[in-house]
Amino acid sequence: MIVSEADLDALLLTLKVAGISTGLLLLIGTPVAWWLVRTPSRWKSLVNAVVALPLVLPPTVLGFYLLVAMSPTGMVGRVTTALGLGTLPFTFPGLVVASVLYSFPFVVQPLQTAFAAIGERPLEVAATLRANALDSFFSVAVPLARPGFIAATVLGFAHTVGEFGVVLMVGGNIPGQTRVLSVQIYNHVEALEYAQAHWLAGGLLVFSFAVLLCLYGFNAGTVKK
Amino acid sequence: MTLGLPLIARFNINYPGFALPVDLTLPGHGVTALFGHSGCGKTSFLRAVAGLERFPDSYLEVAGEVWQDDAKGLFVPVHRRAVGYVFQEASLFAHLSVRQNLAYGLKRSRHSAGLAFEQVVDWLGIEALLDRRPERLSGGERQRIAIARALLSQPKLLLFDEPLSALDIKRKAEILPFLERLHSQLDIPMLYVSHSPDEVARLADFLVLLADGKVLASGLLHETLARLDVADAFADEAGVAIDTVLAEHDVQDQLSRLDFPGGSIFVARQAQPLGRKLRCRILARDVSLNLERQQHSSILNIVSARVLDFADSATPGNILVRLDAQGTPLLAKITRRSLNHLGLSPGMVLWAQVKAVALLE
Repeated sequence: MIVSEADLDALLLTLKVAGISTGLLLLIGTPVAWWLVRTPSRWKSLVNAVVALPLVLPPTVLGFYLLVAMSPTGMVGRVTTALGLGTLPFTFPGLVVASVLYSFPFVVQPLQTAFAAIGERPLEVAATLRANALDSFFSVAVPLARPGFIAATVLGFAHTVGEFGVVLMVGGNIPGQTRVLSVQIYNHVEALEYAQAHWLAGGLLVFSFAVLLCLYGFNAGTVKK
Repeated sequence: MTLGLPLIARFNINYPGFALPVDLTLPGHGVTALFGHSGCGKTSFLRAVAGLERFPDSYLEVAGEVWQDDAKGLFVPVHRRAVGYVFQEASLFAHLSVRQNLAYGLKRSRHSAGLAFEQVVDWLGIEALLDRRPERLSGGERQRIAIARALLSQPKLLLFDEPLSALDIKRKAEILPFLERLHSQLDIPMLYVSHSPDEVARLADFLVLLADGKVLASGLLHETLARLDVADAFADEAGVAIDTVLAEHDVQDQLSRLDFPGGSIFVARQAQPLGRKLRCRILARDVSLNLERQQHSSILNIVSARVLDFADSATPGNILVRLDAQGTPLLAKITRRSLNHLGLSPGMVLWAQVKAVALLE
């Protein structure tokens, strides 16, 4: 058996991080995307820029600042310590927080595009049919933005699976805690275990390709309809 | 029932570079047409009634309920106003079937206007479309669904924003009878925005004319259409609408006689039974005037009428003459030369020759 138990642990941990992160991303990203599309606020550009920051920032930079913020003397660290949660770096929750921040634009942007594409009219129609704002959001905006939700879910999940820099900075390399697939591949290569690295790397390659193929295939399908 | 109470609207419709102060009391029954050219503010008015736009210092009362009163800081949000709104494009929900579109407003309505699902579906002839998806419908079918959807939300007021303008002539002709049926079978007042004189003459009981950033006229359709200042706004389409009763079928000559208080007119033979009410439109350009009754004319329809007044028309060298045919107003468009030649003056009794009559039903 070339794939070791450690590899399997890394795989399960990766899926767990990505799954939880994706859930949180959708939960937080949806209202943010909705607000960005609907708001007339002058803060919109600023928020947009902040949301998009992880797209251009080196992951190590983001990881470094997260590490500083979450340290016992950092702003976030002091809050979590005061709440009795301890500090986040090198823990599973810390890894999830970092993943959510890092993948945020990959979820918000497809949602934003999808919400903007709906336009004003369906919501006006819903209002004249007695639906309040919350009702029309769930009964009209969300179903009409379905392609955006699918893209956001897939991209958010895949991007979280694939991250490395932030994970290494914030999570470190603790087996079963923070050692995810990308870190495990790095470990294999460091130890010159190329065969095992191949299995994992190849697996991720196939996974990423399959994800994108599904995504584009689905989008083409909706356009045709 | 509070049906029949008037709609009182005082809006300060205001955009950069555009202002339309509105102070209107409209009937709480029948169809009120808001007529004007594009950009005259008629759609803004309708949106303000629905609550989709909010203009400052405004007041709106519908069927005894105050929906907006800025003096008291009151503004009822759209979803709490019992309106049925039909947009220019049908705007059906693309993610729902026809049946689900219809149910959307129905299940959210807080009171009943007595409009049952089966009945509305039957009225609009959409039974066969219920399980289709909106993208598989023609433009006319979509608009019928949109009308049914608005009705099923149990409105106290129906708002139509140029519901036919996105359709071709054939589709329009497909929808108009449905709108007429609503008119005759519903107690719900309707506001109908249009820039089509034909639709207005056909559907409306009451007319509001908007032009140049103001309400130019508002009143009963028959009276308002015959006003000289209003007629001008219709340009070449100026004319009156008269309600007639089908009085006789002449099988041999293939004609039908329509009676109205001021006389009778003949039209091509109609299929409807005697006694049926028919609305006709007579354009001012199709009426010519004679001092004596022409005995040797091919024109069949000649009505005795009295000159009320006249004014310059929008066409240079042309005059619009307002006539009274025993209570029925008529308009005639003649040249200034003819006016002088005939020596027309208010009070004169003469003969109006009607060259063409358009039946609207």
